[in-house]
Amino acid sequence: MIKKLFAAVLLVFMAVMFYQLYSNITEKSELSGVARGYAERGASELGTQNIVTSIVVTYRGLDTLGEVSVLFIAATGVAVLLRRRKEDEEYAAPSKRQSSEILQTGTKLLTPIIVMFGVYIFINGHLSPGGGFQGGAVIASAVLLLFLSDVNYKINHGLFNIIESFSGAFYVLIGILGLLLFGANNFLDNRILPLGEFGMLLSAGAIPVIYSLVGLKVGTELASIIDNMKKD
Amino acid sequence: MNIIHIIGFILMIIGFWGLLTQKNMIKIVLALAIVETGLQLVMVTFGFIKGHTAPILDSSELVKGAAEMIVDPVPQALVLTAIVIGVAVNALMLTFVIRLYQKKKTLSITEYKDLKW
Repeated sequence: MIKKLFAAVLLVFMAVMFYQLYSNITEKSELSGVARGYAERGASELGTQNIVTSIVVTYRGLDTLGEVSVLFIAATGVAVLLRRRKEDEEYAAPSKRQSSEILQTGTKLLTPIIVMFGVYIFINGHLSPGGGFQGGAVIASAVLLLFLSDVNYKINHGLFNIIESFSGAFYVLIGILGLLLFGANNFLDNRILPLGEFGMLLSAGAIPVIYSLVGLKVGTELASIIDNMKKD
Repeated sequence: MNIIHIIGFILMIIGFWGLLTQKNMIKIVLALAIVETGLQLVMVTFGFIKGHTAPILDSSELVKGAAEMIVDPVPQALVLTAIVIGVAVNALMLTFVIRLYQKKKTLSITEYKDLKW
């Protein structure tokens, strides 16, 4: 009882705090500071249609590299914590029922389309809403569908590890290439490849390449998280 | 002043209520996910500018007058990062819950007294 009261008091304080914050919000009428700089320079400097992509991949590219690393560490943590130990071996999983005919047939039909949609999202990341993280999540959802439809489905760990390692390594290599070609301030510069024609699929320099690598990496990482969680 | 701000703040308060009152560890993880969602809503709404369009320059007049016509892209990029990190952290927390359940066969947080004094 006293705990509930304490929680309620705390929440009331929090609500007051949020109200103060809310009542002091002034509505913006124009961009300011760094956002204005990105909006004015993004298209001509980097050749991207999608300003958010130019921020995520190039202007704040180091943050995205860190973000991919955090995702990698989390996936590794899940794998380490959930790996099967020797003493767990005698715990036999109850025999599972096969999934229904509708789900199996639907999965066969939908999986290639979902994977293709994921690839479409990350390849068009510099032109339309989307990008590597979203596309990777869509690809991982296709793997989840495979797990749902077939109780004995196993992912190909060797292939997944190779894709994940190579995409991570190439991401860093592209970043270092910017350092080598343009000097110390140009880590992850996308202009190591020609910018191309604005608005075309093969434009914006290295951004489609980087986002494809991020998409593959995120897709395989999320798929291996799903795989590890499904084991137990 | 925007209705989405209010919705975001309400979601955050609901999430904190769950964090403070729930005993089931999976529900606590879900409550944290709700707090995250509310925070992301609030953050992305801070970049909204009335009458401006999405920061995707798919026409020539948008390219010319980008700074006068698009909403703030910086919070959107930040929230994109926050969502991915949130997914990773939630997966890791659920893994801890799975391991703890395997050790003690209970999900109630009141049974775990190792850090209590």
